[in-house]
Amino acid sequence: MIHYRKPIPERIFDVVNVLLLALFAFACLYPMYQSLILSLNDGKDAMRGGIYFLPRKWTLDNYKAILSNTRLLDSFVVTVARTVIGTALSILITSMMAFSLSKKDLFLGKFYTVLCIITMYFGGGLIPYYLLIRSLHLIDNFWVLVLPGLLSIWNMLVFKSFFSDIPESLEESARIDGANYITIFFRIIMPVSLPAYAALSLFSAVGLWNEWFSAMLFINKRQDLMPLQSILNSIINQTTAIEELQKKTNAAGAIQQLSNITTRSIIVTNMVFISAPIILLYPFLQKYFVKGVMLGSVKG
Amino acid sequence: MARITNQAVTKMSRTSLLHKSTKPYAKRSRLLRQWDLQLMVLPALLVLLVFSYGPMWGISLSFRDYSIYKGLGDAPWVGFKHFQMLFGAIEFPKVMFNTIALSLLKFALGFPVPILLALMLNEVHSRYFKKAVQTITYMPNFISWVVAAGFVFMLLSRDGLVNAVLVALNIFDGPVDFMLQPEYFWTILILTGIWKGAGFGAIIYLAAISNVDPSLYEAADIDGAGRFRKIFAITIPAIQGVIVILLILSIGNILNAGFDDIFLLTNNMRNYSLTDVANTIDIYVFREGIMNRRYSYGTAAGLFKGIANAILLTTANFTAGRLGRSTLW
Repeated sequence: MIHYRKPIPERIFDVVNVLLLALFAFACLYPMYQSLILSLNDGKDAMRGGIYFLPRKWTLDNYKAILSNTRLLDSFVVTVARTVIGTALSILITSMMAFSLSKKDLFLGKFYTVLCIITMYFGGGLIPYYLLIRSLHLIDNFWVLVLPGLLSIWNMLVFKSFFSDIPESLEESARIDGANYITIFFRIIMPVSLPAYAALSLFSAVGLWNEWFSAMLFINKRQDLMPLQSILNSIINQTTAIEELQKKTNAAGAIQQLSNITTRSIIVTNMVFISAPIILLYPFLQKYFVKGVMLGSVKG
Repeated sequence: MARITNQAVTKMSRTSLLHKSTKPYAKRSRLLRQWDLQLMVLPALLVLLVFSYGPMWGISLSFRDYSIYKGLGDAPWVGFKHFQMLFGAIEFPKVMFNTIALSLLKFALGFPVPILLALMLNEVHSRYFKKAVQTITYMPNFISWVVAAGFVFMLLSRDGLVNAVLVALNIFDGPVDFMLQPEYFWTILILTGIWKGAGFGAIIYLAAISNVDPSLYEAADIDGAGRFRKIFAITIPAIQGVIVILLILSIGNILNAGFDDIFLLTNNMRNYSLTDVANTIDIYVFREGIMNRRYSYGTAAGLFKGIANAILLTTANFTAGRLGRSTLW
């Protein structure tokens, strides 16, 4: 390479470009950072405002408070359970279907594919879905957090195109030895498709960890079955209701905080707690996420 | 081997179609021979039939008067009554306006950002800086909407960062309650959407850019092309195909103005100062059908949206598919 001084407009362009990108990255990172420092700051002190870059009064009380809450522990177990069970089952049945559909001579194969594709364009709508779940007695039932989302058509199509690219010859010797397709699937196809499994499992797991809507609709009375996202949602909205009330009655501070822990500090601490597993694992898993996107886009 | 014979058998059974009696036999034997493949379809098929096709039976509710006390069997047929009520409802024009205007604005302002981001990232010299920006900007995509809404409430509260900055810059005289003023709500929705999705959305463009042959840039260097010339002559044409496809596909989503963000940023629709600007078709279905328990009416409103949406999606995907073959692959 020949090194030469770049013309001034180009240098200005470089500086502006880097600054703008840094600004956007800052905007992406800052909310997470501020929640973290607020969760490490004394709740009552935080009400004075002005905590933007460093905690003023360090404390771990907020974490002690939320972790001593048995309700949160139940939620944590439920969330982990629905994420692990849901991901495992979903990836298994989705990829099994995809494998069968990747066989061109599958009897009724076209019909199954069309059945799947139709649901990407049209569904019964929210109310019939709600009534169906109710008639299946899935309300206030753990399995409502797992079963309805088990088949992802999108993932199925990605798996299918992935399996279609696996050379026939890999299976052939096993077929000659008389192995059935189920054995071939678990012994040969799954091991050679690990990158696809890793990427799609991660997407599925993050989706289940973050999903809040089904619990809001279908977990009504069983507090112990509430996933973490629902708990956070309900705390956020209780607080906002209290704040509204304070504003309306014009009696700010009428609700005396008994300790140094405020509802607002509980909220941010919960936000950090819920997002921590994803954010901590994310840098190590990033390449799989990117791979997942590419898998999907190749198929289009 | 067995596959080959399989196909041979299929072909034979097709060619011998004239002998009608052999056809069902061939089908059954094919089904039996494929018992393993068919078994592997079964679990997924069951889930699909129950949870995706199950609700479709319920569509008939929109033509009947359903009440929980009477049950489905006794619900009398009422024809298009609920649809007439829907189209005649005072709030209906506003709901449609909100849905289409909001999704168009989200699209117009949100769509270019990942493209810009990818182009800008491509111009960065430092690999570490590029990698760091990518890692950080992908992250919001993996944060749940509940937490994202929590971030918005935190940043926009009276003592939040946004108010602090705007007051310090003398743009506002005092802190503003952003979440209580309807005129800010759509801006908040659009910016939150960009915050959450732009970084991750850039991946597909970056991939298209990385496919560009580096010798093109070298040739342009020799010809004395400047920075912008290279962007417009090489990089943008490289991602043009992807842009066109994604552009067409997003037209199919014009009735999907978003649910999670609107619902959570209005405190589960309990922030009544925002009801008027937040009332999109999905929110309307939820409010009428679930919150007010007007099941038949909610089903009708949902069906209206579903049909219109299916038409839009089919048109968009068909167009994208036809173009895709000629422009992309």
